[in-house]
Amino acid sequence: MALEWQVFLQDDGGGRTYLEWMFEAWGWTLSVAGSAWVVAMVSGCLMGVLRTLPQDTRLNRWLARLAHGWVELFRNIPVLVQIFLWYFVLPKIFPSMQQVPGFVLVVLGLGFFTSARIAEMLRAGIQAMPRGQRYAAMAVGFTTWQTYRYVLLPIAFRTIWPPLTSESMNLLKNSSVAFAVSIAELTMYAMQVQEETSRGIEVYVVVTALYAVSAFSVNRVMAFFERRLSIPGMVRAADVGAGH
Amino acid sequence: MSALDFSFVEWDIFNKFVLKGMLFSFELTIVATVGGIVFGTILALMRLSGNRALELPAIIYVNGMRSVPLVMVILWFFLLIPFLIGRSIGAELSATITFVAFEAAYFSEIMRAGIQSIPRAQVMAGQALGLTYGQNMGLIVLPQAFRNMIPVLLTQTIILFQDTSLVYAIGAYDLLKGFVTAGKIYGRVEEVYILAALVYFAICFGLSTLVRRLQVRIAIIR
Repeated sequence: MALEWQVFLQDDGGGRTYLEWMFEAWGWTLSVAGSAWVVAMVSGCLMGVLRTLPQDTRLNRWLARLAHGWVELFRNIPVLVQIFLWYFVLPKIFPSMQQVPGFVLVVLGLGFFTSARIAEMLRAGIQAMPRGQRYAAMAVGFTTWQTYRYVLLPIAFRTIWPPLTSESMNLLKNSSVAFAVSIAELTMYAMQVQEETSRGIEVYVVVTALYAVSAFSVNRVMAFFERRLSIPGMVRAADVGAGH
Repeated sequence: MSALDFSFVEWDIFNKFVLKGMLFSFELTIVATVGGIVFGTILALMRLSGNRALELPAIIYVNGMRSVPLVMVILWFFLLIPFLIGRSIGAELSATITFVAFEAAYFSEIMRAGIQSIPRAQVMAGQALGLTYGQNMGLIVLPQAFRNMIPVLLTQTIILFQDTSLVYAIGAYDLLKGFVTAGKIYGRVEEVYILAALVYFAICFGLSTLVRRLQVRIAIIR
């Protein structure tokens, strides 16, 4: 078998080389994953906090139930099916959504899928803290908001940082499902170029390497923050869990 | 708001299109779980063997698999297997081989954590009794490691079941494809995605509820 790496210098028929196209595709992968990460962090942290609110008022109980429903809904449907729901089904039900670009729909789909996992992590992280911490905050007169902002969340985020790192890498890898709705990201690129040039192995090697490099970079960035944020003397729990 | 039309839904559609795909998805999940745990345990033992020549290939394999999206791995195997053996083996078999190989990397991390959760003193006690490495692992360490990790292994199986939908990339006929095919034939492309989501949800939610119950029971026994 002879590998022909020159394939990347060929014109793709649209005035750019396959190499240039590849970097565009990499850009799409990174922007889909990056935007979805923001969506996932915001909604995931919100839902995770809602699930741990003190159950003393009717509103809080409802909010906790809502967040629980959110988690179960987005956790128990395969990400590919969720992407299809966002991309095909919602615009059909709500015609006004037909104006929304596909990129945004995919970002929301991936982001909310990941948010369920982040919410569960944060809930576990908050519940793992000694109850006395919350009571101490109440005793010194903190409001619920202040309790979370100054007491619970700073420690909980540090606890969940290692699993959050794996989940961020998962999100980057999961962004590959966007191929199914024709977002021009790396997997889509790999499939298309393999079809056009029949040089599948060369293209797959490079695309696989790009994914590995990207995932590793995410890992390093997260590790950097983990070191910066660590509190001297605090031991963190090992990161053991299921994932993909 | 434009209406979705579910009037085409009949039991017949399930028998004709969905059942076949559902059975394949289940089969894929079971084969990949069993195969993944077997090969994953071997990989975990290699990594914990203390022998560099065994550790290194296991580390490279596990970390390599874990840094690539499953969709890419599915595409890789689909491209490479016919290339290596000289004939096409079909999307379904290709997907099955892929999933065993891919999930082994994930199960190996779980089994490694499980093995490491067993106190060293147990291994030493086994050695003091004159057990061989194989006896020590097979009779003392692995049964406990496996038991400790049952909830995580099952959670991974549920994730695996969801991931089987990704064989869409090579056109294998799974549960999702069954619905999509029915949707194309009846001209109800959007509606079938909702049905597919409901079925996946029911299965995954049911299984994860079972796992939670099991977790409570195991915790009490321990």
